[in-house]
Amino acid sequence: MRNFLKVAFFSLLVIGLFAGFANFGIPRIEPAPPPTEEKIDLGSLTMDQFLVLGEKIYKGKGTCTLCHNALGGRAPLLEKAAAVTAARLKDARYKGDATDIESYLVESMIKPSAFVVAGFGKKGTQDAVSPMPDVSAGSIGLNEVEIAAVTAYLQDMGGVEVTVEIPEDAGDSAAEDEEQQRKPYESAEDIISEIGCGACHKVGEDEGEQGPDLTKIGAIRSAAHIRKSILDPNAELSKGFEKDLMPNDYGTQLYASELEMLVEYLAKLK
Amino acid sequence: MKFKNQNRWGITVAGVALLALVFFLTPLSFSGEFFDIAAQAAEQAAEPAAENSAEKTEGAEAASPYGPAPKTTLASYPTVKGVNSRLVIWLVAQLHLWFAAFVLAVPIFVFIIEAIGMRTRDRRYDNMAYEFIKVSITAYSLTAILGGLLLFSLMLFYPDLWSYLATIFKDSMFWYAVLFFAESACLYLYYYGWHWLQGGDRKWVHLTIGLLLNAVGTMLMFLANSWLTFMMSPEGVDAAGVFAGDIWPAIQNHLWNPINLHRVVANVAFGGSIVGAYAAFKFLSSSRAKDRAHYDWMGYNANFIAISALLPLPFAGYYLTTEIYAFSQQMGITLMGGIFAWLFIIQAVLIGALFLSANYYLWCCMGRSDGAVRYYKYIKYIAIVIVAAFLVWFTPHTLVLTNEELKALGGPYHKYVGPFGIMPAKNTAVNLMILATFVSFLFYRRANKIATVSWVNAGNAAQVALFLVGVVNIFILGVYYGYFTNTVYKIAASIPQVCTTLTIIVASILIDSFMYRNSKEVAPLKWGRVPERSQYALFLLAVSFTWLMGLMGYIRSGIRQHWHVVDIMRDNSADAFTPTMGFAANVVSIGTIIFLSMVIFVFWLSQISAKKTEPENYWVPEAVDGMAAGGGKG
Repeated sequence: MRNFLKVAFFSLLVIGLFAGFANFGIPRIEPAPPPTEEKIDLGSLTMDQFLVLGEKIYKGKGTCTLCHNALGGRAPLLEKAAAVTAARLKDARYKGDATDIESYLVESMIKPSAFVVAGFGKKGTQDAVSPMPDVSAGSIGLNEVEIAAVTAYLQDMGGVEVTVEIPEDAGDSAAEDEEQQRKPYESAEDIISEIGCGACHKVGEDEGEQGPDLTKIGAIRSAAHIRKSILDPNAELSKGFEKDLMPNDYGTQLYASELEMLVEYLAKLK
Repeated sequence: MKFKNQNRWGITVAGVALLALVFFLTPLSFSGEFFDIAAQAAEQAAEPAAENSAEKTEGAEAASPYGPAPKTTLASYPTVKGVNSRLVIWLVAQLHLWFAAFVLAVPIFVFIIEAIGMRTRDRRYDNMAYEFIKVSITAYSLTAILGGLLLFSLMLFYPDLWSYLATIFKDSMFWYAVLFFAESACLYLYYYGWHWLQGGDRKWVHLTIGLLLNAVGTMLMFLANSWLTFMMSPEGVDAAGVFAGDIWPAIQNHLWNPINLHRVVANVAFGGSIVGAYAAFKFLSSSRAKDRAHYDWMGYNANFIAISALLPLPFAGYYLTTEIYAFSQQMGITLMGGIFAWLFIIQAVLIGALFLSANYYLWCCMGRSDGAVRYYKYIKYIAIVIVAAFLVWFTPHTLVLTNEELKALGGPYHKYVGPFGIMPAKNTAVNLMILATFVSFLFYRRANKIATVSWVNAGNAAQVALFLVGVVNIFILGVYYGYFTNTVYKIAASIPQVCTTLTIIVASILIDSFMYRNSKEVAPLKWGRVPERSQYALFLLAVSFTWLMGLMGYIRSGIRQHWHVVDIMRDNSADAFTPTMGFAANVVSIGTIIFLSMVIFVFWLSQISAKKTEPENYWVPEAVDGMAAGGGKG
């Protein structure tokens, strides 16, 4: 038994040392949360603000600087990308359809293999295929506005004239198209199930605990109050519940008829 | 006699043929016609390596009866009150993996040890092989129980993901379940038939069952690997996740083989370290010299198995990482240059602990021989090389710094230490660390021997020259190609470095084995004459391996970030975020403690099965006596 205790103590000590090093021996970094699509008020944007947006996407959501940096040498630097476009378009290896700097920069983001800078192609392809993903798809998933902002930023960084015009409509992304074409929900139960009210609220068969119990909400709240709480959850918080827990975009996610259907349903829960 | 020999070879050839059939024919059944596979393989070989999966299967949606990958919302993830679903999946999957790795590894080296015993006719090997399989037997049912728990947890907490994976892999999942019967049959026949199938042809039959056990076990692992690698590097589906209908590309996705290779090697190292800890504990608990000698010998062999697999493990790791980069630079950089890069600093500490404990154990073991004194003076130099190599490996690539720290450092890299942070330095360091460990082993091997061949001086000189030229070559490859040419050569140079290391090891073993043929023994090896602290090196090895596996498992899974299936199916659960490294380390630590506690339970069970208690005045003596007399209470 003595040996067992000695060995158990030794093993726990080793595990403790490893855990201690991981907790205190290296910087305590809070990883960034998963990216979300930001709502951009294009109507009020100036070109300078649009360029700042492009830089933000370039260094953030677009993850461009992961590879296009001076440290790793994994992808060409883009400071002069706009300036060298004319030479690229004349290059015999160019396989794209661009005709000017703006269309070339857009094309290089969504069809990166149209032109691969020598030495930066995928292994074994003789620089015919780029290792860069299509930024409009997959885990990067930039929408048209975001690509336009990055293009403008690249033009500005390359010292050429910024020809990109600020799009008038931000609702061009595939997700929003889909949203616009969505069939309305047929019942309040469908809405509750689809948008996931039950994950946080006790409602129907769901047992969520992070938000107030909705099983008899109609007995204590009016329809107007319920509507207001859905549209602006932080306006009047129930006692014991924290701010910002509930998304505040149901006003844009739901059709007006759906909102009313939901309010009416909840108001009847007594 | 001749006939019998033919029988033996016949059985073995039949076993190998069966193994080959199991490996090569079963996957074919998933996708139908053999020629389709051959044509597909040829087509794939002709495709540019860079073509990604989405392009490969473009247009599949139109022809496929399958739907796109589910788009989940927060409501798609059922919850159980008071239970964190991600933590449950994390811990259960990791525990299942630890046990699975252990029970897959043990039969591999048990098979080899049994074969050595057959070849040398040294019964000690047979006994040791049996003891290894005996202590692991309960772990099989624990592996299956944890696998079942994982399945239920996945179906309960991540139903859409499970449903999507099952749609694609339904065929292989069915055969996976069926293969468990074959695995169980082989295992029980192998274990319970051990003493029955002894001697002559019977022993060959037993060995063949061991081979089949390994074949089935490895195949089970390969099938399960395809599911998790599909989540990392999906193929056989289009950009929306629509399955093209052919399971083989989904199985044979980009990271399947790299993971297969890495896991087989790592499992052996891990399994060796766990049974080494068992032997160490038995050594410490034994008071009889005979038992201590036995468990010392057992611990030495377990450590030998662990280290033999540990040496090629970094190379398997580089292969895996290279393929991750080849599949997606973004994923590769997230792994090595992003948030996860810091976890490799923790990994460096663990690898350092592994190499140091393995070497320390070998140095302690030299005490078994009176001839080891000749080599003691070199140990300090080996230690210096290992510590220096460890420090290079420990040096981070990039540091997350505040502006003040950046200003004080003059940039993201330190002026002098910075160059050690990049891969060429680390490649050089790990090759030197492996060579230093090999030198420790060589000294241990020679400790009790005196070579008698006439060319002993020439042989020694050749080995010294081999090491010198090899080390210089490793340095040139690492320094010149790593720092004075472009990026392409930085990575490419690691391959000749590995080849150099392997050449030194293989050539040196060859020279040594010829040089020490018919050598004189200095004195009989004194098994059991090792300090008790040496056994703690074996515990350190086992604990470090377990913790390291947990950490690397988290990294492998974590680099998918907020994706269930990378770029195809997004994770929209409340836990889709990447946790802090400290939190991940704490989960790994808790998992390690649970796993080791369960392993202790498994080992304890194997011990009590051999114990017998004869209670006094408990049983009615007449009943037994009556049976003996041919009567009984009717």
